[in-house]
Amino acid sequence: MKKLIGIAAVSGAMLLALTGCASGGSAASEGPKPLDELVVGFAQVGAESGWRTANTKDIQASFEEAGIELKFSDAQQKQENQIKAIRSYIQQQVDVIAFSPVVETGWDAVLNEAKAAGIPVVLTDRAVDSQDDSLYVSFLGSDFVEEGEKAGQWVLDEYADASEPVQIIQLEGTTGAAPAIDRAEGFAEVISANPNLEVVASQTGDFTRAGGKQVTEALLKSNPDVDLIYAHNDDMGLGAIEAIEAAGLEPGVDIKIVTVDAVKDGMQALADGKINFIVECSPLLGAQLVDIVKQINDGETPEKRIITEETTFTQEEAIEALPTRQY
Amino acid sequence: MSALAKMASSRLFWPVVMLLVLFAINLVAFPGFFEITVRDGQLFGSLIDILRNGAPTLIIAVGMTLVIATRGIDLSVGAVAAISGAVACSIILGSPDPGSLATVAVAVTVALLISLVLGVWNGFLVAVLGIQPIIATLILMTAGRGVAMLITEGQILTVNSPPFKFLGSGFWLGVPIAVIIAAVVFGLAALLTRRTALGMFIESVGINPEASRQAGVRARGLLFAVYTFCALCAAIAGLILTANTAAADANNTGLFIELDAILAVVIGGTSLAGGRYSLVGTLVGALVIQTLVTTVYTVGIPPIATMVFKAAVVTIVCLLQSPTTAEALSGFRRRLAVRSGKGVAAS
Repeated sequence: MKKLIGIAAVSGAMLLALTGCASGGSAASEGPKPLDELVVGFAQVGAESGWRTANTKDIQASFEEAGIELKFSDAQQKQENQIKAIRSYIQQQVDVIAFSPVVETGWDAVLNEAKAAGIPVVLTDRAVDSQDDSLYVSFLGSDFVEEGEKAGQWVLDEYADASEPVQIIQLEGTTGAAPAIDRAEGFAEVISANPNLEVVASQTGDFTRAGGKQVTEALLKSNPDVDLIYAHNDDMGLGAIEAIEAAGLEPGVDIKIVTVDAVKDGMQALADGKINFIVECSPLLGAQLVDIVKQINDGETPEKRIITEETTFTQEEAIEALPTRQY
Repeated sequence: MSALAKMASSRLFWPVVMLLVLFAINLVAFPGFFEITVRDGQLFGSLIDILRNGAPTLIIAVGMTLVIATRGIDLSVGAVAAISGAVACSIILGSPDPGSLATVAVAVTVALLISLVLGVWNGFLVAVLGIQPIIATLILMTAGRGVAMLITEGQILTVNSPPFKFLGSGFWLGVPIAVIIAAVVFGLAALLTRRTALGMFIESVGINPEASRQAGVRARGLLFAVYTFCALCAAIAGLILTANTAAADANNTGLFIELDAILAVVIGGTSLAGGRYSLVGTLVGALVIQTLVTTVYTVGIPPIATMVFKAAVVTIVCLLQSPTTAEALSGFRRRLAVRSGKGVAAS
């Protein structure tokens, strides 16, 4: 009996908490707040790579510069941690919640809670897979297909005069991950314009250096005449460099390398002439996120899909950009 | 005939056949598979790659074999590998002279010493507190990767240190260093357990701890020893993996290698129920696993189907090895022999 009373008390408290949220939500939509009263909750994936750390630092710096309070949490690559963080932001009645979803699915429940509380949600860097796109206001991130297209375009231009077949090895990202699927798709689409460009082998290196190295080692033996390697991220490209050097060849000369990301180690290899071209996948989206938050605060509706401003690097551009590179 | 029959009944028969079948598949897909050339004074070829990339798995599998022989299991090897790589790289990065041999020697020694502590911890949980090995080592498996993350501060630590890199991709007299290290670990384990009574003690603890205690075998000390040895093996493998790319990646170094190592032991015919073990079997098992990976690349199996392909091969090996299948097969052979008029004598 005591237990029952306890449960009733807890659920009563939860109801109160819920109504509290709802009233907080309506308060938020009353009109623009001064910037220094805004509170934004950001739930980050983790700190799994140099790319991610740069992403975190840039977001923190951008909000500090704008004078907006940022509550930050690190989910250590676990969805349940991220859901907990988002729930706590809902309870704290922040004005905007932003997060990079660890995985694509399983967000409907918590995002519905945010919606019920009237707190707008912005996705950064990665998308969620949900039928209901009213659950978030905007998705700010890279267009992975376009990254693949940019890589393909460089290859197309580089081998525009090729009269003989050009053999290409593709190092794919983690099987099933959105960047891996889209970067392959964009690349294939563009290089199909020249029938001489042929992907002779395509295997996954799991976005890691060790994976890139091992796959390249094996593929170099079965395809000794390969001309170019297209890696879905810098790390696999760096692994490929090791494998090419071990085979007594010169990376960047005997076998050309094109990668995506432009993290520091990759840029260094590009500047050293071991990689030929890098398509940037920029983690620096803090400024654009601040803009979205300001728009929401002013009562405007931001674009549903905002693409990060990104560029590409040749070897010369890398030498120039390297000293001021943040990540 | 009887030699052939004896071979067929050996626990190693099917794993070896599987290895040969995989070699044959590779040879068909890529005629130069067995070619070994000397390039820049180093051996170069697919088989060398298999040996070199399989070395870390083999080293861990050797430690795992002894643990499994005591009816235990060590799930924490991947995490220990990640920690040792992270420790070594952060020491090298923190030193004023990352390229010097002394720095690397210190880094490697510290990493190995830490792994001994981790091994003693596992041994303590299993031997003193009596926690089931799968649970005891699960603790370090989950926590260990977190420790590695703390050491690297979540970054991939890239080191520029030729002596350290040598561990992973160097050669000595044309043979990859990783292969030499694996051979030494394998040889030492074989020598220590097979040329002394140690191996028998380990097996007796695995078969019946109580009976062996009454016979005067000190199980507690043995358990400490095998878990510490296994952690040491994991650390050595972790150093090779890290040195291979000259970068410590706390998230990915040695990820799922515990499963590969356990699989290598099982393919090699050592039972998870403890007792009799075969180090040679483990060697064959590790080679099968690494050849499988290479086969996927050479044959060009699409990444989406890779897991299914690997699962199919492993399932076939396990089915062929199972006692029920063996019985059915030997019955079939007997009938064949009878039919061909040679009688029972031939079998």
